[in-house]
Amino acid sequence: MTDTNVTSDAAGFFTLGEPIADTKAPADVPVPQRWEERKAHAKLVNPANRRKIKVIIVGTGLAGAAAGATLGEAGYQVESFCYQDSPRRAHSIAAQGGINAAKNYRNDGDSTYRLFYDTVKGGDFRSRESNSYRLAEVSASIIDQCVAQGVPFAREYGGLLDNRSFGGVQVSRTFYARGQTGQQLLIGAYQALERQVAAGTVTTHTRHEMLELIVVDNVAKGIIVRDMVTGEIETHLGDAVVLATGGYGNVYFLSTNAMGSNVTAAWRAHRKGAYMGNPCYTQIHPTCIPVSGENQSKLTLMSESLRNDGRIWVPKKKEDCAKDPRDIPEEDRDYYLERIYPAFGNLVPRDIASRQAKYMCDEGRGVGPEVDGVRRGVYLDFADIIERVGRDTVEAKYGNLFDMYAQITAENPYEVPMRVYPAVHYVMGGLWVDYDLESNVKGLFVAGEANFSDQGANRLGASALMQGLADGYFVLPYTIANYLADSHERIDESHPAVIEAKKDVEERINHFLTVNGTRSVDSYHKELGHIMWEYCGMERTKEGLTKAIGLIRELKADFWKNVKVLGSAESLNQSLERAGRVADFFELGELMCIDALNRRESCGGHFRAESATPDGEAARIDEEFAYVAAWEWAGEDGHMPVLHQESLAYEAIEMKARSYK
Amino acid sequence: MKITLNIWRQANASSKGAMQKYDLDDVSEDMSFLEMLDLLNENLNEKGEDPVAFDSDCREGICGTCSLMINGEAHGPEVTTTCQLHMRSFKDGDTITVEPWRAEPFPVLKDLIVDRSAFDRIIQSGGYISVNTGSAPEANNLPVEKAKADRAFDVATCIGCGACVAACPNGSASLFLGAKITHLGELPQGQPERESRVVDMVAQHDHEGFGGCTNIGECTAACPKGIPLDVISQLNKDLRTAMLHGR
Amino acid sequence: MATPTLVKGSRSTRSTIALKLLMAVTGLVFIGYVLLHMYGNLKVFAGQEAFDEYAHHLRTFGEPMLPYEGLLWVLRVVLLLSVIGHAYAAFALWARASKARTQKYVVKKAVAATLSSKMMRWGGVALLLFVVFHLLHLTTHTINVNGDPESPYERVVSSFQPEQWWVAVVYLLAMIALAMHLRHGVWSASQTLGLTNTAKSRARANFAGVFLAVVIAGGFALVPLSILTGIVD
Ligand SMILES: Cc1cc2nc3c(=O)[nH]c(=O)nc-3n(C[C@H](O)[C@H](O)[C@H](O)COP(=O)(O)OP(=O)(O)OC[C@H]3O[C@@H](n4cnc5c(N)ncnc54)[C@H](O)[C@@H]3O)c2cc1C
Ligand code: HEM
Ligand code: HEM
Ligand code: SF4
Ligand code: F3S
Ligand code: FES
Repeated sequence: MTDTNVTSDAAGFFTLGEPIADTKAPADVPVPQRWEERKAHAKLVNPANRRKIKVIIVGTGLAGAAAGATLGEAGYQVESFCYQDSPRRAHSIAAQGGINAAKNYRNDGDSTYRLFYDTVKGGDFRSRESNSYRLAEVSASIIDQCVAQGVPFAREYGGLLDNRSFGGVQVSRTFYARGQTGQQLLIGAYQALERQVAAGTVTTHTRHEMLELIVVDNVAKGIIVRDMVTGEIETHLGDAVVLATGGYGNVYFLSTNAMGSNVTAAWRAHRKGAYMGNPCYTQIHPTCIPVSGENQSKLTLMSESLRNDGRIWVPKKKEDCAKDPRDIPEEDRDYYLERIYPAFGNLVPRDIASRQAKYMCDEGRGVGPEVDGVRRGVYLDFADIIERVGRDTVEAKYGNLFDMYAQITAENPYEVPMRVYPAVHYVMGGLWVDYDLESNVKGLFVAGEANFSDQGANRLGASALMQGLADGYFVLPYTIANYLADSHERIDESHPAVIEAKKDVEERINHFLTVNGTRSVDSYHKELGHIMWEYCGMERTKEGLTKAIGLIRELKADFWKNVKVLGSAESLNQSLERAGRVADFFELGELMCIDALNRRESCGGHFRAESATPDGEAARIDEEFAYVAAWEWAGEDGHMPVLHQESLAYEAIEMKARSYK
Repeated sequence: MKITLNIWRQANASSKGAMQKYDLDDVSEDMSFLEMLDLLNENLNEKGEDPVAFDSDCREGICGTCSLMINGEAHGPEVTTTCQLHMRSFKDGDTITVEPWRAEPFPVLKDLIVDRSAFDRIIQSGGYISVNTGSAPEANNLPVEKAKADRAFDVATCIGCGACVAACPNGSASLFLGAKITHLGELPQGQPERESRVVDMVAQHDHEGFGGCTNIGECTAACPKGIPLDVISQLNKDLRTAMLHGR
Repeated sequence: MATPTLVKGSRSTRSTIALKLLMAVTGLVFIGYVLLHMYGNLKVFAGQEAFDEYAHHLRTFGEPMLPYEGLLWVLRVVLLLSVIGHAYAAFALWARASKARTQKYVVKKAVAATLSSKMMRWGGVALLLFVVFHLLHLTTHTINVNGDPESPYERVVSSFQPEQWWVAVVYLLAMIALAMHLRHGVWSASQTLGLTNTAKSRARANFAGVFLAVVIAGGFALVPLSILTGIVD
């Protein structure tokens, strides 16, 4: 422990470890040449040997399915896992808006460099240049690959691919399939995966949940999973393990993520030694359907693309908030984004749009029903555009989103402005990986939203799909081969590490089923979510975060003593599944608060009220915080997590204050 | 509002199930159908009774996980998924019967959860375009007529939920099958494998034990994504063509 | 029950769709036949001579290239084979459908199914029984309702007299079954043959179903009806 952490707001909650570095990015060549250089020197595996090598891939979202298909094509034995009943249902399916790629089909000045630049700037200078550049570089091949697979992207009348623009950038580079881009991309990857299943290279294990990672001498050797139908605890051993298990936004209980989205796989790996990178970086999406009541289980996103044409406003006067919006005259409306950010207007990045919406509602100018005494909603109004281009044109563009809105709220958005409010949507944080997407645990690779690497402190719209597919199709297959080219000792099921991991899993399950307390798993999850949203949400303060850590610890202790899980371990048991996930969310939530407390600056999605410019914008503190926070697990309660810092250097792009005014 | 639920309870795949009645107060109109079931489960948990198992994940109508037969209609009375159905579609005092999808190829795993892996195997049998990663040509070298691209997209929106099978009096998966055949068959990339695809996928469909289609049309009425009957016609046409070519 | 295996070496001819194609093609043969038959029957209205002449002509058609009743036999063979094929496919698919759902729903609503579509199988069985009865009645004369006149015209006319009202009722009921079978069958055959892959062509096929059902069943029904009511005697 050095004394630097004494100055941290989080002093007393962590210890400082050795700094770390991403050692695999070829730092001796300029940023744009690094990927070529890395590929040129990566070791290869002889095709005849690939058949003998087993790769375990957890997750079948864009990252996992793409990696599985590609490694299967190359001839490896792939074991693929997901908790859903089919790989096609991974949460990538829900992505609406689109996927970025530097194709410059619009001839509007786009290029690999510009996509790279936008990503780094959008990420508020908290991402790695090497990774972001590579992402931009392979983006064009993703589109080629998907089109060849039959992904029905939107096209123009000439038969060529269409593009649209997304928040935070000034070029049109987003490829889309109406409001269902994620679905179409995932089905493409899923089909490629199923093709390999038929070819015999990939074996899928659906309704299987990973509950533990097997590590021997800091090398990943396999996983322990539970067959969610029979309850059987299975061991799967392999030569490398890939986690592509998505994001952990559900730590907030209410989010736009799927009900089953969890941190368990990543968290178990973290407990076995893998560092957790930047856990506090959360993206709050500005346009989701507001919460309507206590029993709500999930929040639904309204695509960012709506901000291209919809205008956001709240009443100028509090008295007007309960009125029918159509009766509020133009002069009494406050189009606050257009007022504060005249250059970008309604298209400012997500973090800014979200925070402003919160401020409006905190001021008492929110709209919609009162929940807990506050109206939490702002209008997203299409009246102008409907008048300008007609209802039919609007319907062709956004029909399915409008229908979804009407279905959920029973209001007609063609006539009454939509009500939206920010909601947790994506996490930039995740397991720490190097340039090869390998974590500090050897042989453990992490892809897609589950890793921390490419998006910095804030992700641009349409860049997560790009990252998932880049990792799965084009990055991992090279870098994992480099690892697999060396021979790695195999273990069998009698190895003490396997036995211990299995025992841990069984004991945990047994514990949940025998506590026989009084409160349901969901009630704990909801309460944890409230704490996280209140204190580690859109705006964070030292007091709030400190308080949150205390609250989480108390709640967690109560959870272990007082949770009620019925049923048996030997059958399909959904409460039991949730109990395990919520247990891990507690530990993650605490770490997120500690990370947020330590980062006494505002950057991207992380806004510390103490670090703002005089006009209320986020203020980064580059001298102190231009680093990746990689957290090491130190043990159960009483052991403080260890912070390893990876400093960020900017060679290709000059670090600047981000401004959208 | 007050609701009476009549729900299929079955402990596991090998046990016999039965309908069971539950009363639920305090249901609000704005709840989704699944949130109503969450509430029921909270109550059951409190009483120490095993909660009702049902499938859901995205809860926004896109993943295709949710799958309930509600009052004899797949996904209930609205044209949408179960998770997007709201309690305002029901009245105070209603009795609602909830059953799992019924089809031999979809065995019940527990309560309202069924195994739909037969759909994955249908896709494995040919529901893809064979292209290895990295070997794709430049995307815009292959223009696709907008009308065709749009049609391919429309049918590619199938979420694989299985409501078509659940609703079909013959237990046929022709709508699901036709949607994939039409999606890939509409695109130039899909042509080389077009005939082998339809033959293999239909064979797998039959092998799984789904019934044959007799053009009744319940499937399309139940489909939350509005996949039209033309996909079945297209499917038949493609199979006929393959047959004429001796496949 | 689902077996988690992938089928190898599949053939189009062994599929359920092949069975359906068989039904559609034989169904079209039936439609062609009943259209002609109905046209022939309507000659009742042209009087005994025309009708009997027509019946005779049917038998001598193509002579001497074809033997007496040659065309009729060709037709009979084709029809018989079609009935066998049609019924075989119908029962095979029926059996398959019942195996595909052994556990029935407690509550099941039909949202889009027409009554006709739901009646196809039992309606087909009814038609089969009717054809047997009809052949015993008017072709082999095994069932004699009113003596056994030489002239086909007289046989028909005497059969449908009000005194044996039940014969007419059997025929009229059969025509209802036929109408329903055709109403769905025509649409279904177009769909099976893959002729309906746009919304417009589907609407057309549906219309053709209703149209042919009304024309054919109506055309047939005119004969017993007008005899029953004494318009023809
Ligand atoms: C509503 C919504 C809209 C979005 N829209 C866009 C958009 O327009 N553009 C964009 O670029 N991004 C968008 N995103 C973000 C993007 O969709 C995700 O970041 C991305 O799809 C994540 O992909 P993934 O492959 O990393 O993980 P996921 O698709 O989340 O897949 C996770 C996989 O891991 C498996 N898994 C998880 N835990 C376990 C476990 N313990 N055991 C076994 N298996 C496990 C799951 O079964 C699943 O297969 C959106 C996100 C949401 C929620
Ligand atoms: C032998 C007794 C018969 C049985 C058991 C039978 C049964 C059936 C069945 C089950 C179908 C399929 C229904 C569907 O596709 O929805 C069908 C279709 C059809 N039947 Fe029959 N039927 C019989 C006789 C007839 C007769 C006598 C005719 C004509 C007069 C006829 C004409 C048709 C037609 C045109 C079709 C449509 C073919 C298709 O579905 O592709 N059938 N029949
Ligand atoms: C009111 C309706 C009908 C009348 C009055 C009628 C009348 C007749 C008559 C008079 C014959 C004998 C012709 C001859 O031997 O020269 C005949 C034969 C026959 N009819 Fe009909 N018919 C009717 C409806 C039908 C229908 C609906 C079908 C089929 C679905 C049908 C099928 C046949 C067949 C198969 C024969 C035998 C032809 C042969 O092989 O000789 N008939 N019908
Ligand atoms: S065709 Fe429709 S009903 Fe059938 S699986 Fe697809 S989306 Fe579901
Ligand atoms: S309901 Fe069934 S019979 Fe065919 S048209 Fe649809 S699959
Ligand atoms: S839960 Fe995903 S479609 Fe209903």
